[in-house]
Amino acid sequence: MPALSWREYLDEKMLPHLWCPGCGNGIALGALTRALAELQLPRNKVVVVTGIGCWGKADDYLATSALHGTHGRALAFATGVKAARPELTVIVLMGDGDGATIGGNHLIHAARRNIDLTAVVLNNQNYGMTGGQVSATTPVDAVTSTTRYGNPERDFDLCRLVDAAGANYVARGTVYHVPQLDRLIRDGITKKGFSFIEVISPCPTHFGRRNKLGSAVEMMKALKTRAVNVNSPAAKTGELPAGAFLIGKLADRDDPDFTARYAAVQQKAQAKGGFSS
Amino acid sequence: MNIANRSKDKNESTVDRGSKETRRLFLQGNEAIAEGAIAAGARFYAGYPITPSSEIAEACAEKLPAVGGVYIQMEDELGSIAAVIGASLTGVKAFTATSGPGFSLMQENLGVAILGEVPCVVVNVQRSGPSTGLATRPAQADVMQARWGRHGDQHLIVLSPATVQECFDLTVTAFNLAERFRAPVILLADEIVAHMRENVTLPDPAQIKIVNRKKPACPPEEYLPFKPDPDGVPPLADYGSEYIFHVTSSMHGERGYSQNDPANAGAKIKRLFTKLDNHLDEILLVKHHYNPADELDLLIVTFGCTTRPARAAALRTPNLKAGVLQLVTLWPFPDAFIAEAAQKARAVLVPELNLGQVIREVQRVVGKEKPVFGLHKSNGLGFLPAEISARIEEVANQCLR
Amino acid sequence: MTRININPRRCKHCGICIAFCPKEVFGADYRGAPVVERAEKCTACGLCVMRCPDFALEVGEKGK
Ligand SMILES: Cc1ncc(C[n+]2csc(CCOP(=O)(O)OP(=O)(O)O)c2C)c(N)n1
Ligand code: SF4
Ligand code: SF4
Repeated sequence: MPALSWREYLDEKMLPHLWCPGCGNGIALGALTRALAELQLPRNKVVVVTGIGCWGKADDYLATSALHGTHGRALAFATGVKAARPELTVIVLMGDGDGATIGGNHLIHAARRNIDLTAVVLNNQNYGMTGGQVSATTPVDAVTSTTRYGNPERDFDLCRLVDAAGANYVARGTVYHVPQLDRLIRDGITKKGFSFIEVISPCPTHFGRRNKLGSAVEMMKALKTRAVNVNSPAAKTGELPAGAFLIGKLADRDDPDFTARYAAVQQKAQAKGGFSS
Repeated sequence: MNIANRSKDKNESTVDRGSKETRRLFLQGNEAIAEGAIAAGARFYAGYPITPSSEIAEACAEKLPAVGGVYIQMEDELGSIAAVIGASLTGVKAFTATSGPGFSLMQENLGVAILGEVPCVVVNVQRSGPSTGLATRPAQADVMQARWGRHGDQHLIVLSPATVQECFDLTVTAFNLAERFRAPVILLADEIVAHMRENVTLPDPAQIKIVNRKKPACPPEEYLPFKPDPDGVPPLADYGSEYIFHVTSSMHGERGYSQNDPANAGAKIKRLFTKLDNHLDEILLVKHHYNPADELDLLIVTFGCTTRPARAAALRTPNLKAGVLQLVTLWPFPDAFIAEAAQKARAVLVPELNLGQVIREVQRVVGKEKPVFGLHKSNGLGFLPAEISARIEEVANQCLR
Repeated sequence: MTRININPRRCKHCGICIAFCPKEVFGADYRGAPVVERAEKCTACGLCVMRCPDFALEVGEKGK
């Protein structure tokens, strides 16, 4: 079979997509398709599960199998797909509201269960689809349509949360740092166990406009200046300037995943003969 | 539906009880549901424990891995039904069980199964509410929730068992109907049948009629996951097979990608109704606990746990001929069966463990021609035959003597 | 010289390719839409393709 190009993982007849000019979603989608192409995963063996939100619309542009669920529940739908058919590659695309606010409980439990899913949470710091309301990843004091006087609440550090919950793989990238983002997603897919990739991405239409962060280009420039590679000397000393955040692989371990552990359960049950009645 | 065409009391015919591999066991209703699911081919359970349904989860946790299946305890019921839907789309028969509070949490994603046309079974062992209510006590107050609990226009199948044997048999039927119609089916049990222990016959697995979903036969590039066959039901491929397809909770076209066109939306929603309503002969199940040819003084319409005490009461009515019509299918509502039975009766009585749900439907069907009486109770206790007898006496004095 | 294709049906004029091409290959027209002005400088690094949110760019790829 001839190699699949990354564009063949896209359903190009659905383009142009519905995202705003300069929205990072399209860049993240490109990174995902390039990761899939690099791994040459057969399209019928990939199931992309999405939630509800701007980023959650990504399934409409993919030529793999897909399941578009409900707001916050994508990981639970994906858990069913993976637990029933461990041989499939299951990728879960969620916004920060979807994956970490309404869906936060599923996120920590998927990580704890260490189920072999690859979650790509696109963090644009607000609810894009519904008009830019506050999210659990909106920084304190930031302005959104529901925090006109500044956000009184603190934001989650999603990577630390998911790391603490036990995921095998945790990484953060941005839509500015694309070649790295491709690799982070690719490595997350190959990693057994729960993989979590947070993608920092601009929502110029709402978050950018309300916080006077300038155009999409200005927001991309800010990603370039604020991101600090986890392997850089600055990251090693831990002395990061205000507003900086780490990008790169933040946790990487090889604990047994749910599938491996459940296979052992099945073996025990079968050895016991199962039916007690 | 065409009454002349229907077969009588159908779920009796699901199983052949004569074979050698038949097992006779003393089981609890919940255990029988788990056995029925496995016999029907279920190999995936995702759930969250809740009284009075937890024994189903416990039985599945023990038995499913032994037959190569998967049990997973999710973090809540929203996730349970979501995982069931995901698993089913890989071609595995999947189900979950819960009770009131959990059933409420499942409503949004049950809508996904309806719109996405995903076969699955949801068992709701009804308990007394509202809210946490009397958590360990029986009720039958989720009849309307089962039908109307979600937002949006939609239709679905609800079955209700009255005995432990029916817990087994109807679980098989529920899976068969889910697979047949590519739709979720709700088994609406109650605390009484779920916790009752009785002798049940588990038939030789080879003798159990099993229905599996229609798979596509076209070349993969031509597959449209929401293009119905002439029977209104589209074939469903498995994730991971050679067929690549999308399933979505958004309104979609035949290809399974979002579509906003009103004409498409209208046709799709209509088909969700007609794919069931055009096949009522396969869906509607009732049991006449009397000779349906007989003229009755009083027709007693029951479902689930009210059936037994009503039958006992019907036998004890002096100078009065009463017969029990048990609704096995609650939704779509078995209008034709009730209309036919009511024609041959002078009055109708509907006992139910709620303050008036099924009676509204019975009144709608019977109309003003015959008096329809209720016996309603919502205090966490089941009916005693004597309570039903007393109500029969009242009804008799009012209009039958 | 590397062939650079801009698909006008997809481009939404966000300006990202113009701002971040390391070789400043793109200029903007009066609407802010990118125009290839210095194609000879292109190294085919592919960054513009990767950062284009709208799948509107092709660089040196076989036309499809
Ligand atoms: C249960 C439920 N509650 C609320 C909504 C409305 N809603 C749709 S998307 C969304 C937030 C989307 O934000 P996010 O997940 O961050 O994704 P983005 O749009 O920013 O990509 C909300 C609140 C919904 N669809 N379902
Ligand atoms: S609203 Fe924000 S997140 Fe949504 S498409 Fe527009 S820029 Fe992107
Ligand atoms: S490929 Fe690289 S050098 Fe060429 S136009 Fe794109 S960003 Fe500039």
